[in-house]
Amino acid sequence: MKDNYQLVIIGGGPAGLAAATTAANQGVCCALLDEQPTLGGQIYRAIESIPKQRTQQLGDEYTRGKPLVTAFRESDTEYYPETKVWSLNKQREIGVLYKDEARIIQADQVIVASGAMERPIPFKGWTLPGVMQAGAGQILFKSAGVVPDNGVVLAGSGPLLLLLAWQYLHAGVDVKALLDVTPLSNHLLALPKLPKALLAHHYLTKGIGYQIELKRAGIPLLFGVSDLRAEGEGYLQKVSFKHFGKQKNIESELLLTHFGVIPHAWLTQSADCKHQWDDSQQCWRPEHDEWGNTSLDGIIVAGDGAGIHGARSAEHAGRLAGLEALFALGIISQTERNKQGIQDRKWMKDERYIRPFLEAYFKIPQSLLATADNDTIVCRCEEVTAGQIRDAVKKGHDNSNQVKFFTRCGMGSCQGRQCSNAVAHIVADEKGESVEKMGHFRGRPPVAPLTLDQLACLNKELI
Amino acid sequence: MNTDVLIVGGGLMGSSIALQLAMRGFKSIVLDKQSPGRHASGVNAGGLRQINRDPAEIPLTVEAAKMWRDIESLVDSDCDARFPGQIRVAENEADMQKLQQRVDLVRSLGYQHEEIIDKKELYQLVPALAPHCVGALICREDGYARPYHALTAFRLKAESLGVKYYSATEVNSLRQEGEGWEVRTSKGMFKSDVLVNCAGAWANNISTMLDEPVPLTPTALMLMVTERLPHFVAPVMGAASRKLSFKQMQNGTLIIGGALLAKLDFATEKTEIDWRKLAESAETVSHFFPQLKDVRIVRAWAGIESYMPDNIPVISASQSFKNAYHAFGFSAHGFQLSPIIGKIMASLIIDGKTDLPIEPFHISRFN
Repeated sequence: MKDNYQLVIIGGGPAGLAAATTAANQGVCCALLDEQPTLGGQIYRAIESIPKQRTQQLGDEYTRGKPLVTAFRESDTEYYPETKVWSLNKQREIGVLYKDEARIIQADQVIVASGAMERPIPFKGWTLPGVMQAGAGQILFKSAGVVPDNGVVLAGSGPLLLLLAWQYLHAGVDVKALLDVTPLSNHLLALPKLPKALLAHHYLTKGIGYQIELKRAGIPLLFGVSDLRAEGEGYLQKVSFKHFGKQKNIESELLLTHFGVIPHAWLTQSADCKHQWDDSQQCWRPEHDEWGNTSLDGIIVAGDGAGIHGARSAEHAGRLAGLEALFALGIISQTERNKQGIQDRKWMKDERYIRPFLEAYFKIPQSLLATADNDTIVCRCEEVTAGQIRDAVKKGHDNSNQVKFFTRCGMGSCQGRQCSNAVAHIVADEKGESVEKMGHFRGRPPVAPLTLDQLACLNKELI
Repeated sequence: MNTDVLIVGGGLMGSSIALQLAMRGFKSIVLDKQSPGRHASGVNAGGLRQINRDPAEIPLTVEAAKMWRDIESLVDSDCDARFPGQIRVAENEADMQKLQQRVDLVRSLGYQHEEIIDKKELYQLVPALAPHCVGALICREDGYARPYHALTAFRLKAESLGVKYYSATEVNSLRQEGEGWEVRTSKGMFKSDVLVNCAGAWANNISTMLDEPVPLTPTALMLMVTERLPHFVAPVMGAASRKLSFKQMQNGTLIIGGALLAKLDFATEKTEIDWRKLAESAETVSHFFPQLKDVRIVRAWAGIESYMPDNIPVISASQSFKNAYHAFGFSAHGFQLSPIIGKIMASLIIDGKTDLPIEPFHISRFN
């Protein structure tokens, strides 16, 4: 690894791959850093090594990753797998952990393609062993072919839940039920956005297709579920919920939940790029222009890390970001950048027609965003409950960061990744203010944990 | 808005002064340009340290230590204060001599709180320490507390006695009207009999408005914290000739400091961690505790604090105006002093004098 690059791309998913390929093919000295051992990001995880049979179970959307990775491999990008970025600042100094050694490298341009993470939602019992996020289930399936062998209950909201149910069905897993907590009132609210969504109808037809197949296979699909709880002594034993006013429960030792995805914005927050609250996507995302430029000079964002638009859109955004880096480095002119970007910009627009509909349809209800149950643990690292957060607000702590200072929520080993949004929602709820006003936790480095010894390496390098 | 005393700065000093004034029946309003404890008061390392202070501060720190021992009777909360002692480790005979000189100095001033311990006692107290150390300076009564909890306890107690806080209220201008004050702020006009400047890193803005600018340097001190570990060290650790400040909190995390400065853009109040400097800290910690090398750092941050050129604070009446007072510039070691500063300032304001020797801290020293 060199000390200097013209361009460093952080993240090996669709956006990062497309950005790197675009830039490297026009002569930029660039490096792609990815914390995963294999290329493809979360969506195309293990695409280069996966057995054919599992590829079929994952569906054709997954195989779209293949040509992206192939093109990247043919480019001259230096690729560093299992490489963690633990710091980024406005001078574009990047703290990197590579082969167990910390170093700081300098880039003229940085493209952050950090992707998405699942939206953490604290609900009663969510910390019990046996309750996991659906994404974790998918990772195990993609990378190792591991599926639940004692059956599973899926619960939550959003397209991934349906996709995972469909994938599990094809892998022969006993899906005991799919509990959809999307409020039925969302359907009406999403209706005005349907005509535009029809411009990207392949997403809709795919979703409907999954539902039909699941129903045919006899998997109970329950819509309008509320009061989701995970119950058990020491580990998950049953999932209880309300369905059309009736209290029900299902015995299960595994519950996979999913409540949509949010941008993985910890690095841009820690670099102090400006972020804005996106009310439609119910998340914070870095502010950026149409090329991905953030508020900090030379730091560009692309893909779901810049706002959730899905893998196909990320690929186009990645190419546009690559072009912007080429322009910023003086390799291509503005006219050339604009010309080369026309096709991707059009395709990206086409891909995004579906989003307003999906966002309205799968909008997470307030009752889940800001749990009213004061005993529910919100920060699992520091074991801070919703009640303690509300109590801190009552004592005059006026925003997320003050509540963090006082309760230590968000100060544990995950550094607030799991509770940042929930805290903002609860504080906002308690104060009767908007989430936007409550702010997000100030991003504190290191973005990935670093040992004292690894950090000390930094010093030795200087000598 | 009218009040007896208007305090600019809602950190620990401002809150402690407001509390002591309220206990003596005086009304006060506390203004904060952001929120109470946003900077130095909320994010410092929480050291309750008498050891190795400037001789001028010794009479104050000793009185403050007494107040911390019984802090619950003052603010209805123990502020998570613990008193496992603070230690400065000697690695060789030269270090030991340096520490012995320190003890001699403290004794010559009539104080007994700092003493030398030999190698045997050092390793009884800190068995996990690397084996090469030869002895240490100790103040057995020292310890630490949780700064933001302390700040909140001081504020809640002050509020319960009628003190009013105004957050997001920045002072735009000051005017003496008769012998009192008219203060224009971003939230309107405040009037008071007395004005107190506790504005921390921003205190020079206020003292400049009072025609007595001071050579205050705002700085950002870095701290880092590790994951939780089983308890292995009780006292707060320092070293005689290395930059080290290190403690294990009640929850098992280690807080590592050492007066290292982050990059600071004071105008935007943005701080940036200087990892190469923190790497030195990491190395120093591993030097004294090699078993910690695989411990994970989970967070680093920097708080904005005010430094004076002589590293001691300004605690005095204004020399330019009647009924104006200063308490700022604590140069990164004000946390422990905060309870006594409240008492001193309340006495200065109400009685016109204090029993403690505060002459060395007068603002006129920068004339």
